[in-house]
Parts: sequence; C-alpha cells; structure tokens
Amino acid sequence: MSYIIDRRLNGKHKSSVNRQRFLRRYQKHIKKAVEEAVNQRSIKDLNRGEQITIPQEDIHEPSFGHGQGGTGSIVHPGNKEFNTGDRIPKPPGGGGQGSGSGDASDQGEGEDDFVFQISQEEFLDYVFEDLELPNLLQKELKEIKEYTLKHAGIVSDGTPSKLNIVRSMRNAQARRIVMTRSSKRLLLELEEQIEEIEKSDSALKDEALLQELLLQVSQLRQKIDKTPFLDSYDLRYNHHVKEPKPSSQAVMFCIMDVSGSMTQETKNIAKRFYILLYLFLRRNYEKIEVVFIRHHTSAKEVTEEEFFYSRETGGTIVSSALKLMDKIVKDRYPSNAWNIYAAQASDGDNWDDDSDTCRKILEESIIDQVQYFTYIEITPRNHQSLWYAYEQVQNTHPSYFSMRHITDLTDIYPVFRDLFQRRLHESSKS
Amino acid sequence: MNQAKAKRNFLSTGSDWTFDLIETYDKEIGKIAAEFGLDTYPNQIEVISSEQMMDAYASVGMPLGYHHWSYGKQFLDVEQNYKRGRMGLAYEIVINSSPCIAYLMEENNMMMQALVIAHACYGHNSFFKGNYLFKTWTDATAIIDYLVFAKKYVQECEEKYGIEDVELTLDSCHALMNFGVDRYKRPVPLSAEEERARVKEREHQLQQQVNDLWRTIPKSEKSGDGSGSGESFPSEPQENLLYFLEKHAPLLKPWQRELVRIVRKMAQYFYPQRQTQVMNEGWASFWHYTLVNRLYDKGFVDDGFILEFLQSHTNVVYQPAFDSPHYSGINPYALGFAMYTDIKRICENPTPEDREWFPDYVDKPWLEIVDFAMRNFKDESFILQFLSPKLMRDFRMFGLENDVLDPFVEVKEIHNDEGYRMLRDRLAQQYNLSYREPNIQVQKVNILGDRSLILKHTMNGDRPLNDDTVEVLKHFRRLWGFDIRLESWGKEGLVKSYTCTEETDS
Repeated sequence: MSYIIDRRLNGKHKSSVNRQRFLRRYQKHIKKAVEEAVNQRSIKDLNRGEQITIPQEDIHEPSFGHGQGGTGSIVHPGNKEFNTGDRIPKPPGGGGQGSGSGDASDQGEGEDDFVFQISQEEFLDYVFEDLELPNLLQKELKEIKEYTLKHAGIVSDGTPSKLNIVRSMRNAQARRIVMTRSSKRLLLELEEQIEEIEKSDSALKDEALLQELLLQVSQLRQKIDKTPFLDSYDLRYNHHVKEPKPSSQAVMFCIMDVSGSMTQETKNIAKRFYILLYLFLRRNYEKIEVVFIRHHTSAKEVTEEEFFYSRETGGTIVSSALKLMDKIVKDRYPSNAWNIYAAQASDGDNWDDDSDTCRKILEESIIDQVQYFTYIEITPRNHQSLWYAYEQVQNTHPSYFSMRHITDLTDIYPVFRDLFQRRLHESSKS
Repeated sequence: MNQAKAKRNFLSTGSDWTFDLIETYDKEIGKIAAEFGLDTYPNQIEVISSEQMMDAYASVGMPLGYHHWSYGKQFLDVEQNYKRGRMGLAYEIVINSSPCIAYLMEENNMMMQALVIAHACYGHNSFFKGNYLFKTWTDATAIIDYLVFAKKYVQECEEKYGIEDVELTLDSCHALMNFGVDRYKRPVPLSAEEERARVKEREHQLQQQVNDLWRTIPKSEKSGDGSGSGESFPSEPQENLLYFLEKHAPLLKPWQRELVRIVRKMAQYFYPQRQTQVMNEGWASFWHYTLVNRLYDKGFVDDGFILEFLQSHTNVVYQPAFDSPHYSGINPYALGFAMYTDIKRICENPTPEDREWFPDYVDKPWLEIVDFAMRNFKDESFILQFLSPKLMRDFRMFGLENDVLDPFVEVKEIHNDEGYRMLRDRLAQQYNLSYREPNIQVQKVNILGDRSLILKHTMNGDRPLNDDTVEVLKHFRRLWGFDIRLESWGKEGLVKSYTCTEETDS
C-alpha cells in the first residue's frame, strides 16, 4: 500500500530558519563584505545582491580524522598499465589523485572558501541595518491630511454626477428585452394570422375575427411602447471611497559646491554619499524625485550627468544654492505633500560674509520645511567659517540638521550610518 | 514474448507525469516487487519541488530536524552549486522510516518517477526492512516521532537558555558526532513516547549519577596525578565519546545532557547507512533495473521509455577510471550494482572459476542468495564474501600503498591470480569504518585530582590525526569542563600528545 502526497504547496522555505541562523553566525563577515561593496561599487550597481566569501577555516566544522602521513592504502579502478610491484612517483605537492593516499579525497571539504549569495533585499538590509529615516514616524502620523478617491466598484444609488451611463444603459436594455419578450412573440403570431386572413378570398374573409385581431395587435403595441426606456432600477453609479494618502513621496536635494577648490576626488566622495541617501529613500518612499543643484558663485539646477561630471570653476557663494533650493521647494514641492531631504556636500570654502547668510536662510526658511538636512564637509584641512555657522544651526535644530566631516572614501559609510542612526530618544522632541 | 498483445498495455506514453500515473506505476511496480518477494514497509511517496529537495539535502534527508546554523550552511552550499549548474540534484531521497518516505522531484519526467519509485520505494525500502544493521540499530516506526521530540526539545531549550548556549552545545556535540555510536553494543530502540515521558526522570537520574561519581572527590584538589590511588575510572576504555560525556561529564546541565543524547541518537540512527553505502545503493540499483525491465517485458512501457531508462541507469552506475577527471573514488552505485548482478550470474551461469571461488552459491536460486547477501552483511563483509575475480577484472582494480616518507607509491597487487585475495581484502578494509576513522577512546579520568581526562588514539598504519584535532579537543573540553589530553600511540609508544586546557573562546 502506498500513499501519494503532493507536498509542493507546503513547507516552502523550510530552511529559512537555518539560513537565518547561519547569517546571524557569520554577521561579521557579511557586514564587512557589504561595507567593502558599498565603498567600491559604482552608482547604479547597488541594485543587486552581493557575493559573500567566508574563509574555509572560519566555517569548517571540525571532526576527528586522519591527517596526511603514515601508511595509506587504497584500491582504484581502471588499471591500464600497472603491474604488481610498480613504483609510481608521487605528483609534486602530494596528496592528490592517484597518489594512493586515500585520505586526501576522504576529507570531503575542499580548500576553497565558502561562497554564497545574499539577495539585494538582504544586501540593503545590511547596508541600512539599524538605520531609520529621522522623523519619518512623526511625519507619517501627522501627515494624513491628503486623500485620494479610489474606485470601489459600482453601486445602485448615488449622485447624478457619478452616473455610470454605459452600465445603466446596459441594464435598461436587458430589462426591456426581458419585459417585452412575451408580448412581442404574441404580436408576431397575431400579425401572421392577420396576414393570412387578408390574403384569403374576400368572400371567405372573417371580418369579425380580423377586427378582433387588429384590436389585440394595437393593444400589444401599446403595452410594448409603455415599457419604460430607462427605469430607476437600471441606474448604476460609480462608487468611490476616500482613502488617506500616505505621504509616500519624497524629494531629495543634492547640493554640491563645484567651485575650483573641489577636486574630482572630493566630488566622488560626495557622489557615494548621495547614492546611499537615494537608495535609502527609495526603500522608504514609493516616489522619489531628485533635484540637483550645483553652485559656485551662482547656483543652478542641473541634470545628474551635469551635476557630477561637468566642469566649472569660480569662487564660492553657498547661500546662492540655498536660496535656489528654497525657491524650488516653494514652487514645486510644498512641504505638506512632500517629504523633503537635503544633502549638501562641500569642501568648506565660502566667502566669509556669506556663511552667516547661509545660516539665516536655513534657520528662517529651509529648516521648517525639510525632514532632514545633512551637511558633509570633505576636506583634509581645517574647518572654515561655513562649518562654524552650520554648527550653530545644528545646536538650535539638532533633530533636523546634522553635519559631519569626511576625509576619505572609507569614511562615508560610517558617517552615513552615524547621520541616520536610529534616534529613539528624540521622538519626544519637536 | 507476446509483444503484439503487450503493445496495448502501455501505462503511459509521453513524458509528463500525473498523480494518477504515479499511482498506476507504483501499483504495477509493487506487484512485480511482490512477485520477486521483496518485503517492504508501506510507502509514502511525496512529490516536492527542487527547493524542497535542497531543504531535504540540508537536513540530511530528515523531514524535520532541529534548527542549527550548519544546516543553513549546507543549504546555501547546495543552492549555490545547483544554481551554477555545478551539480544536479539527486532524483530522490528516501528515509528509513515506516511508512518509508520517498521524495520525488516535480521536475522529473514520468520515466524518472518510475525509476525512483522502483529504486527508493522498493529497493531501499526493502533494504531498510531486511538488513541486519538497520534492524539492530534503528526503529523505523519511531524515528519520525523521535525527530519531532528532538526538534521540540531543542526549541524549548532555546527559549529557556538562549539560542547562543544551545548552539554552542550542539556545535560541540556535532564535532564528536562520529564518535557517538556504540560499535558493538546493541542499542535500545528509540521510542519517542518513552523519551518524552522519561526525559524529566532521566535528567534527575543522570545528575544523580554524576554527583555520585564526583562525591568521592576529596577536599584537597591537588593530590598529585591520582594515578596510584585506588581504581581508575573508567574501568574500561570507552569508545562512545558522546555517551561517556552524557553520563559522566561533571558540569553539564541536565538539558545539555539531553542535547548530547539527541545528537548521539541521531549518530546512531545514521550509523548503519554509513556502513552499508555500497550494499544499499547497489541493492536499490539492482532492483530498479530488474523491476523496470520487467515492466517492459510485460509491455507496460514503450521502447522510448526503456531506452531513456537505460540511459539514466547507465549514468547512475558509471565508474570512471582513476585517471579520469570525473573520478572521485569508487562509485558505490556501480560497485554495488555490479556485485548483486554478479551474484545472480554466479547462481545462474557459473564459470569454473566461480565454482572454485563460490562453491556454496553456484546453481542455487539467485533470489535466495541475493536476499541472503542483502540481509546479513555490511559493506566490509559483503565485499569480502562476494567480490568475484571477474568483477575485479571488469573494474580493473589495483591496490596501492603509500608511505608518506616514500617519494613513490607502490602498486601492491592488481587484478590477477596472485592479487585477487589481497585486493579484495584491501578494498574491504577501505569500507571498514574503524579503519577509515581514527580509533579514539576515553582512557582515564583523574577523578581524585583535577578531573582531567585522557583520550587515547591508537594509531593505525602510523596515520596521524588531522589538523582539526585541536579544534575538536576544544569542543570536547567545553562539554567535559576540565582539561583534556589526547595521546597518539603508535607501535613504538607515544607519538604525539595534544593538550587542551583553558577554554579560549566563548
């Protein structure tokens, strides 16, 4: 007796717990690999998983066994030319196939490192582990002001403005067909009889019957005509429901100094930072727009290509970029509909008297509208006036503004984590 | 053959399988198996996806196991290799349980499903039920229940004592898993119900027993080596390291003892499988070949089916030569299949050589002899008993000996009259677990002193231990709780000794 069972539907991912256990155990390796990957990958590349390599000695499960050495003995198949007593030189390196030491092949585990793939999801999870967008929660809670109307089927009553004409007419026609069917069939029969009588000889004509039939015909016609073309039963209305619209859109401002003092290297560092921010936002919002603003003495909104790669030189007036951003926000991204994030990168150069202007613009206008404003200064040198001006902003608005100092590429990831570190204690603020 | 008539009986044409077809094939194959007198447990055939097959791989084929990272590692490894096309998945996995659970992959075509049914549900199944090792060491009716118990117990431990601690204990047990079997003592059969009922009681008892042993310790910790004073413990060397730890490790908590026991029971359950690879796979291959051919003779399957079947079968029992890039030792399917087929040949068409070598078997009914061979041997003795000179010639076997100090490997014997017996001995030895695995036993515990424990490795052919030894000793120390010394003894005395004192990690 056999039982046959289809098991395909249940028990998928039965190993997922074991997989999680494994990932947990080798967290250190995975995190290190992910960190390296983030630093080395190019922009568009962060969209796939990552190959994790763990050295065999870290993952090997030890057990007692025989090592190299001593006397080994083995039987092989496929003899071609050997005879008893033949002495075969061992291949250099020893232990390999045909060397006769069966132990080498008994070991099972090769010397290769253990390599496996984590998915893009997992990769990003590791990248963004323990990170949370600042103030995201608060925003979500208070921002349900907007509603969208969503189709929710067809109903039988509603306001005339929502009348669904096609569905109503279809119903009406169906009803008319049903209601007049029997009368029409009767009418047809009567008309045939009348025709028959009229065709027959005038002498044989049964006038009385004819009159009777004609009367019936006209009554039927009246009945059919009376069937309403459109009845209130037929009417159908579109139904809509109001759904709260989560603020699922975000705009990210990338502001970068492209003045002569910024080298391509500093720009590259800044680029990585923007990538991370973008990826991070993309995981939290359905729709993200990115605005690139570059500036030297004057600011300009540009395409991504131009932002990163086109060359320009000149002095530096940071406030021009902030003004432009403020204007764009007011024109296109009202803060009640958009989550606004801004990331500014600079080498810290600015006209001395401009730094205070920057502070004013930030404090008076921008900071109230954004979710978060980050400033990174990429320079190996000492801080200049802009840094100190921004420090004041940070002191007055610590949960909306943060700034960090970066000196080289490997600093980015820690700084990024630092900036967006889960801020549990701050939820009470603001 | 009544071919013309048979043509009308095809169970199926085309390669797609359906559940109805599987049932039909199973019924017909079952009938034929019964004609040959195969005695089987009831079958439970489960159709699974390839991902589930990888799951099954990762948990050594067990339908449910406790959670452990090493299974996750195995799963990732299989998945990686499979995705890169480096390996195909096995067509089936079969579990020694009653009912006997066999997994069929949904990707297989009808021919493969039939092959797998014949191979697993009638071949392996009857082997599980008939072979003396399986009868002695495993209880097919209880294993699933025991697995449920083990999984639940481990889970409870994780909740109570934390995943971390449970994992550490299991890691250590796994490291000693191959040394968790009684090679000679007959085990008490597993029963999940009793296990559950007695687990509490046992925890108490075990602890009691341990306490009794250690109560004799005098106050003064350092009283020399304790060698001269009184009887030594254990009174005889102990080969079952896990059993010894379970019963006598002084510091293990009751739940840890239970974990040691679970791993030990698992090891014992798999012990027969490790000893009967050639016999088991050979038996299953011999029967899928015989049963499916019979299906064809009866006209149940068409020519296309049988050709495809033969191709798969040939791949399964293919033996590459030692110098082929595909060579990875002797293929147990190939050797086993060849041996059973050869036994049948010896019974039916013996040559003068066979009459000389196998006087007891020639001209006997082959079914009886193969059945006898299946029931009463393990790989080692099976080869010693049944490997014929003809097969050694067919496989073109040759025996090598290798001394690590010698720059040459010596061919000791080949497939000729002078070599047959030696060659057969050498091959049999290769399947002897106690030759393959080092002989390590608990020699002595310093119960009166610092509780340190001495393991003795009796060297075989001067082969030293591998590089894992220090690591494994750490695991052993974690379970034992006190210092460990492992001594490798060769013919001329002590060769090397390893000590493990302070627990470095965790």
